[in-house]
Amino acid sequence: MMAAKEEDKMAVAGDGCCLRPFSCEQGLLSRPDGSAAFLQGDTSVLAGLYGPAEVKGSKELPDRAALEVLLRPKVGLPGVVERSREQLLRQTCEAVVLGALHPRTAITLVLQVMNDAGSLLSCCLNAACMGLLDAGLPLSSLFCGVTCALDANGAIVLDPTTRQEQEARAVLTFAIDSAERKVLMATTKGSCSVEEMQQCLAAAQRAADTIFQFYRDSVRRRYSKS
Amino acid sequence: RVLAQVSCELVPPKLSRPTEGVLFFNLELSPMAAPGFEPGRQPELLVQLNRIIERCLRNSKCVDTESLCVVAGEKVWQIRLDLHLLNHDGNIIDAASIAGIVALCHFRRPDVSVQGEEVTVYTPEERDPVPLSIHHMPICVSFAFFQQGTYLLVDPSEREERVMDGLLVIAMNKHHEICTIQSSGGIMLVKDQVLRCSKITAVKVAEITELIQKALENDQKGRKEGGKFGFAESIPNQKITAFKMESAAVDTNNVEEQAEEIITKAEPPSEVFAKPILHTVGTAQIGEGIENSWGDLEESEREEAAEEEGESEATAFECQKMETEDTSTTRETKKDEPIVVSDSEEEEVVILEPQELPKKTRPQTNSKQETTSKKAFNKRRKKKRAA
Repeated sequence: MMAAKEEDKMAVAGDGCCLRPFSCEQGLLSRPDGSAAFLQGDTSVLAGLYGPAEVKGSKELPDRAALEVLLRPKVGLPGVVERSREQLLRQTCEAVVLGALHPRTAITLVLQVMNDAGSLLSCCLNAACMGLLDAGLPLSSLFCGVTCALDANGAIVLDPTTRQEQEARAVLTFAIDSAERKVLMATTKGSCSVEEMQQCLAAAQRAADTIFQFYRDSVRRRYSKS
Repeated sequence: RVLAQVSCELVPPKLSRPTEGVLFFNLELSPMAAPGFEPGRQPELLVQLNRIIERCLRNSKCVDTESLCVVAGEKVWQIRLDLHLLNHDGNIIDAASIAGIVALCHFRRPDVSVQGEEVTVYTPEERDPVPLSIHHMPICVSFAFFQQGTYLLVDPSEREERVMDGLLVIAMNKHHEICTIQSSGGIMLVKDQVLRCSKITAVKVAEITELIQKALENDQKGRKEGGKFGFAESIPNQKITAFKMESAAVDTNNVEEQAEEIITKAEPPSEVFAKPILHTVGTAQIGEGIENSWGDLEESEREEAAEEEGESEATAFECQKMETEDTSTTRETKKDEPIVVSDSEEEEVVILEPQELPKKTRPQTNSKQETTSKKAFNKRRKKKRAA
């Protein structure tokens, strides 16, 4: 059993059991209140956050902060795909941000795709969470995004590259929260059975442990004095 | 901070220039650049910036458009340069022009071969992509003037831009040729001031061009040797705000067991509804035939899909509760004979109940718009009627 585990660890990035190398830089932009660049392998997303700030009259919510998410692709104008992703991100963020502490304000989250090499939505989720952390907004929990691809044999591939996504039968993305590893958002492309989805979800929860450890380490490094 | 991306596409050329490729520049002020930038744009600033960038890159003819022609009059390359402003701390023009020209130099387009009438476009795997032919690299340098030209600042920051009297932008290449010059802000400049600025520009441009060359060479070397390149390397290692993690293994050994547990603990899923019938690509219909559940007394002549028989009692019961009292009384009356009012689909019919409750029926809606709850209710009604 131990030998098998060692082999898994040495497997190529993007293999069923491996996440690609992550890196994250916080506070790299001077104007936004919070900013973060998140890289998963070659996929990179830059998040900039303004808030809580003045809100236009029509968008004002009397009891909580109005959260707006804008996703900008690298080439061309934002289209329907970006709009749907913006809604998914917005709902995930609204679930964790304690908007009731800042009523009648606006929180604007802008995401810029710098490079897309697979697992874009989960990279956006991770960048959004690091951006929220950098801005210092009150959150009830952190969240992370994990993408799973099911290939033709039914094997689970975590954090797939573009090629793996294209060859897969189904691609599932989950947003997992840090408090109890519950699912905040789930979206699927392609077809899979209920059992397979539950398996992917369980695998995503395992991966979420690694990602949250990464968050913890990067924040610890940032606030360390040395 | 500016992000530049170049992409290419084969398009028919402009009618006035059948042998030249098309260049398209687009500068976008991302809302993350400054709190005032809305997605609805800051039109004035944007137009001004776009014009300067266009003049600098297009009118200077730094890119050879003749070489972008594939088949004269039919197919040429359209090179699209997208510039995204990520952080506005002053002097957008300089940053954008540097980003733009570097992106154009770095860009590789797919190789094309023409044999008579046939055009073959090779993928990057088949043949190495070809760089654009760039004659020279124009770079903009901005000067801010204060107090009627007494003070001069190169590369103003955002605060300085706000309080400056006037702005002078000079675009120059390393051969000391001025490509574009623009003075805005209504400041009056003396001749030798402009000459002085152009000398400063020459020095700056030489420095920046060297920097660009080095960066391009590094990237080329990195690509050839198979090392890492791109954004992954741009994250600085030594900064305290940056953190890297190597490829991590995730233990997915017991995933199947865990999933099994969850599935067995979960309640059985609700009955799956009718499989959608695919009419054409992109058009599907779920269920056929609709019953108005809004207290209607019309009978639909179309039949409902047979698969809806599988509707479970539980969900139907819930739907019942959702309906108002009015409609529940209708169900009672339905046990008797249904009253056929009209066959028309568009008519709005108002019928008075025997119990003196006025009801309105909606015009019959398209089957696709019918909600499942209504269908469930209809099913229940139909069952009762049948009983």
